[in-house]
Amino acid sequence: MDILIVGVGGQGTLLASRVLGRYALENGFDVKLSEVHGMAQRGGSVMTYVRIGEKIASPIIDEGGADFILAFEKLEALRYAHFLKPNGKILYSTQEIMPMPVVTGVAEYPREIETKLCGKGIDALQLAMEAGNAKAANSVMLGALCKELGFDREKFQQALLASIPQKTVEMNRRAFALGYEAA
Amino acid sequence: MMKKLLLGDFAVARGAWEAGVTVAAAYPGTPSTEITEELARYDDVYSEWSPNEKVALEVGIGASIRGARTIVSMKHVGLNVACDPLFTASYTGVNGGLVIAVADDPSVFSSQNEQDTRLTAVSAKVPVLEPSDSEEAKEFTKLAFELSEQYDTPVILRLTTRVAHSQSLVELGERTEPVLKGYERNISKYVMMPANARVKHGVVEARMQKLEKDSDSFAINRIEEGSKELGIICSGGVYQYVKEALPHASILKLGMVYPLPFGQIEKFAKSVKRCVVAEELAPHIETLVRAHGIQVEGKNIFPLCGEFSANLIRRCVLGETNEIASANVPARPPVLCAGCPHRGVFYVLSKLKLNVLGDIGCYTLGAVPPLGSMDAVVCMGASIGMTIGFDKADPEAHKHSVAVIGDSTFIHSGITGLIDAVYNRSKITVIILDNRTTGMTGHQNHPATGKTIKNEPTYELDLAEVCHAVGVPNVRTVDPGDLAALEIAVKEELEKEEVSVIIAKKPCALLTKKLYNGFRVNDRCKKCRACLKLGCPAIVNGKDGITIDVSLCTECGLCKSVCKFGAIDGEVK
Repeated sequence: MDILIVGVGGQGTLLASRVLGRYALENGFDVKLSEVHGMAQRGGSVMTYVRIGEKIASPIIDEGGADFILAFEKLEALRYAHFLKPNGKILYSTQEIMPMPVVTGVAEYPREIETKLCGKGIDALQLAMEAGNAKAANSVMLGALCKELGFDREKFQQALLASIPQKTVEMNRRAFALGYEAA
Repeated sequence: MMKKLLLGDFAVARGAWEAGVTVAAAYPGTPSTEITEELARYDDVYSEWSPNEKVALEVGIGASIRGARTIVSMKHVGLNVACDPLFTASYTGVNGGLVIAVADDPSVFSSQNEQDTRLTAVSAKVPVLEPSDSEEAKEFTKLAFELSEQYDTPVILRLTTRVAHSQSLVELGERTEPVLKGYERNISKYVMMPANARVKHGVVEARMQKLEKDSDSFAINRIEEGSKELGIICSGGVYQYVKEALPHASILKLGMVYPLPFGQIEKFAKSVKRCVVAEELAPHIETLVRAHGIQVEGKNIFPLCGEFSANLIRRCVLGETNEIASANVPARPPVLCAGCPHRGVFYVLSKLKLNVLGDIGCYTLGAVPPLGSMDAVVCMGASIGMTIGFDKADPEAHKHSVAVIGDSTFIHSGITGLIDAVYNRSKITVIILDNRTTGMTGHQNHPATGKTIKNEPTYELDLAEVCHAVGVPNVRTVDPGDLAALEIAVKEELEKEEVSVIIAKKPCALLTKKLYNGFRVNDRCKKCRACLKLGCPAIVNGKDGITIDVSLCTECGLCKSVCKFGAIDGEVK
């Protein structure tokens, strides 16, 4: 299964891919992850690849090759939608983060993104705040992904909680549950 | 045996550890940084952040001559800085194995150019191994140490972003017991003065010829037999794309890309109807193979720029049209983070309409609109030299131009520029953006943080004292969060007919792991858009007017200080 995780640098795409990697490994699969560090991580558009299977060669996913896209931001979901296979699914946060060309007024944030995307939207920011802090939005999305992909809830949550700082475990557990139920 | 999912960089570190490395030195640089960060976690390896790559390699050469297995890591442009020691270390050879891990960045994810380390290695006459995934990254690192000692040469381990920053499964091994080899003075081997260097050049040429001949039987150069119709010569990350795109083709996978195993290449080329070299960036393999009289295809079908993918291989080799149109959406370039201490500086420089000679770091993003205040960025430390150039070319330039350089970059190679400014009576103003860390590469310590790579306390370099010591007459420290004070400081220093340094000191916003509530916009907002000039990603100009994204806001207060209407609520802590 080829999963593309997209978002805005700093939103936690790296954490999400590592949780998926950990879970896949525990289930006996070959895994390859590919990440972006450095400048793009400073608020730019980022994508992380997760490939899970019997034997994986390339660590990256080509356009038209993804089974699933997890998007942490709505515009980013649209930007990378062409990476989906014809029958692929997309799960996106309805959060809108304005890119600088929109802030400065040289571009407009696209309207009606929802109608252009065949997938499910989750109000991850709102649910994260309910769980305790806006920063937990990535755990909300991972909860939703867990349900969408039919993963083992207990084991997948464990993979998440093992990947984050101890003091944020309770908040992220709540966020994961809210995401799972919203999907 | 235990298998673990490892980042390519971590696998290199693991390989070095298993090979019995005891000394590691580096200057951080994406995508190589994590090699040395990981090595620092091993108690039985001495590791350091050096001030720059040249010093790192010199530490490595010394440790090697004294008999320790040593690894030095850097990004491709870092190797330029380390070229001086590299070219002559090729002559001296080694005692303990010396491996230089260099990470290239095809597609320029986080660099200032897209150069190809293999070409530098050819000039320096240093062999190059190129792994294609994390398992090979570990194994090739170990092999590189053996080759280094066997052939008496430094060895370059070349990575690319997709190998350095991908994770794949690695089988962990045990550590070879480290050996500190004996050392005896050997002037003809290690003292490179003309009489010795002349002799050594011949030794180097003979070494490379022998290595070239021997490499025909190296197991890391291997043929995977497939269809006789099509044969692909490839290495590194490209091998994985070829496996994916052309599962039936014959493949010659090169583990060593310099020197090349011409016997094997000749045999392979003859065995297939069509022989293609697939390599990212420069036509390095192709040029050498053609010069050897072997006909291959290469850059006549492949691009010279950017990284490859399986789709690209299919497109170029098979002529498939597999490009899929993407949605036409606004670009999202990287920006200075919400709360970034550099923002205040660029806001003031933009407001004063100054020429800004920039440098390498997060603050290069000061070039992005709406701040858009940067005139040139070239390489580490260049801001100061370029500003001197402005000053010397145009007698009025010092009144309206400044150099901006980060704390770590200043230590890397800004100090020498500053000495030039003072020595040659320049009138420039330099702003050191002191955010107390090496920011872009993920927060590494440096000499002015007072902590070593292992976070142990050490002497804390005082940047102001350094400036005084080299003879800068005007040195002042300001808080870049105080826009008014910053503006006064810049104006006053530009007026002076001598060198000035302003240290804008405030820690990187990402260093404080606090959870913020975020500021709020109240109903006094007149939509004057003054706050939007800050280019802060937390300030949103949406359908409901101007709001603040509380998931991003770090309560730095810049927006509050530029708002004339008191329309922003929140307390700056």
